[in-house]
Amino acid sequence: MTSVDYVAPTDVEAAVAALGASKGNAYILAGGTDLLVQLRTGRVHPGTIVDIKRISETRTISEKDGAYTIGAAVTGAEMSAHKGLSQTWPGIVEAMDLIGSQQIQGRASPGGNLCNASPAADCVPALIAAGVSCTIAGPGGRRTVPVEDVVTGPGQTSLDANEFIVSFEVPKPAPRTGDAYLRLIPRTEMDIAVVGAGVCLSLAEDGTCQAAKVALGAVAPTQVVVAAGADALIGSKIDDVALEKLGQAAKAACSPIDDKRGTIEYREKVAAVLAKRAALKALERAKAR
Amino acid sequence: MSKIHVTTSVNGEEVEYLCEAQQTMLDVLRDELGLTGTKEGCSTGDCGACSVIVDGDVVCSCLMLGAEAEGRNVETIEGLAAPDHLHPVQKQFLEHAALQCGFCTPGFLVAAKALLDRNQNPTETEIRYWLAGNLCRCTGYDKIVRAVQDAAAEMRGA
Repeated sequence: MTSVDYVAPTDVEAAVAALGASKGNAYILAGGTDLLVQLRTGRVHPGTIVDIKRISETRTISEKDGAYTIGAAVTGAEMSAHKGLSQTWPGIVEAMDLIGSQQIQGRASPGGNLCNASPAADCVPALIAAGVSCTIAGPGGRRTVPVEDVVTGPGQTSLDANEFIVSFEVPKPAPRTGDAYLRLIPRTEMDIAVVGAGVCLSLAEDGTCQAAKVALGAVAPTQVVVAAGADALIGSKIDDVALEKLGQAAKAACSPIDDKRGTIEYREKVAAVLAKRAALKALERAKAR
Repeated sequence: MSKIHVTTSVNGEEVEYLCEAQQTMLDVLRDELGLTGTKEGCSTGDCGACSVIVDGDVVCSCLMLGAEAEGRNVETIEGLAAPDHLHPVQKQFLEHAALQCGFCTPGFLVAAKALLDRNQNPTETEIRYWLAGNLCRCTGYDKIVRAVQDAAAEMRGA
């Protein structure tokens, strides 16, 4: 066995330096729920494991003027326990909470879920729908990119080898905004999404939808932003006609695979159903604000 | 590469060990510290047999590196019983015969303790969801759930 280095830097700059020093052979360790399995099965062979959990920025949830910053290595259990975040962005928190068991929740992080780049990653459609960006640190400093620009294919991201995600920036929601994430699995818990759908929408005072974003998971090589679905909602009162158009747009946005979890036809049909149901749930939440 | 020196707390006692970077917490507990109560089931975080509590959170020790434990508080099955009496959840597992082969039992006990540490009166649904990450292939789960309910009642003094 070739030797592996483990480093646990306490600031962002030191982590970037450690990534640089490893010449492209470093792996970021956040919760480890994916990385340790990949290590074990020999899918990855890091020269260096860079544990980012000693960097306080990656481990903190903070709020400023209504906007939240979620550290990339904050755990699902910590997100669920955060009252302010749960009340403001229930869709994001529920999406994260759907991932794995309590044991997994004690470790798994939104940064890891995104960078593992599974098409079925549960928290990602919810983050995209809510308009979340991530702060990426690298040798040139920091840059901010929308979550939907990170994953480029299964297991692939747009991050350079010397970069890592420090935190997620969740915008202050407009008045009367609600978000929701729903997924279908063949059982009640502990499975990988057949389809996932995240919807976030904002209402005008008269109840007309004035902003919306729809994202699907597990129906294409990456998460999909359904712009036509959002367009169907905007300007409507989320009536049956708008919902039907949303469903059709969701179906049209899919390019899924056939596998043991579901056929192409099934996934397309479920994408339409889940998008509509998520929109209704988001609507209910927006009305309650 | 030289081994990593770790100082941590296991079951309330400070311990030091040396480990390789890719050595899991489970490997460290079993192979370096001789704490073999924590079991290796799947090694992929699916079965919960290796459950331990780290800084209050129940986690799979197979999905954690030994090196990560520096400065943390780790609780294992070996720390559950007091010197002269069992933890209520252990006692109730015996009362209910909530085990057959016993391989999953340490993980269930540790996970159940983590639940009861934060929720003194969990519903059956809460117990079942909390323990969804612990697999038992012998007994089914009813006796386990009832044992946890009775342990909760005992701890509440009910």
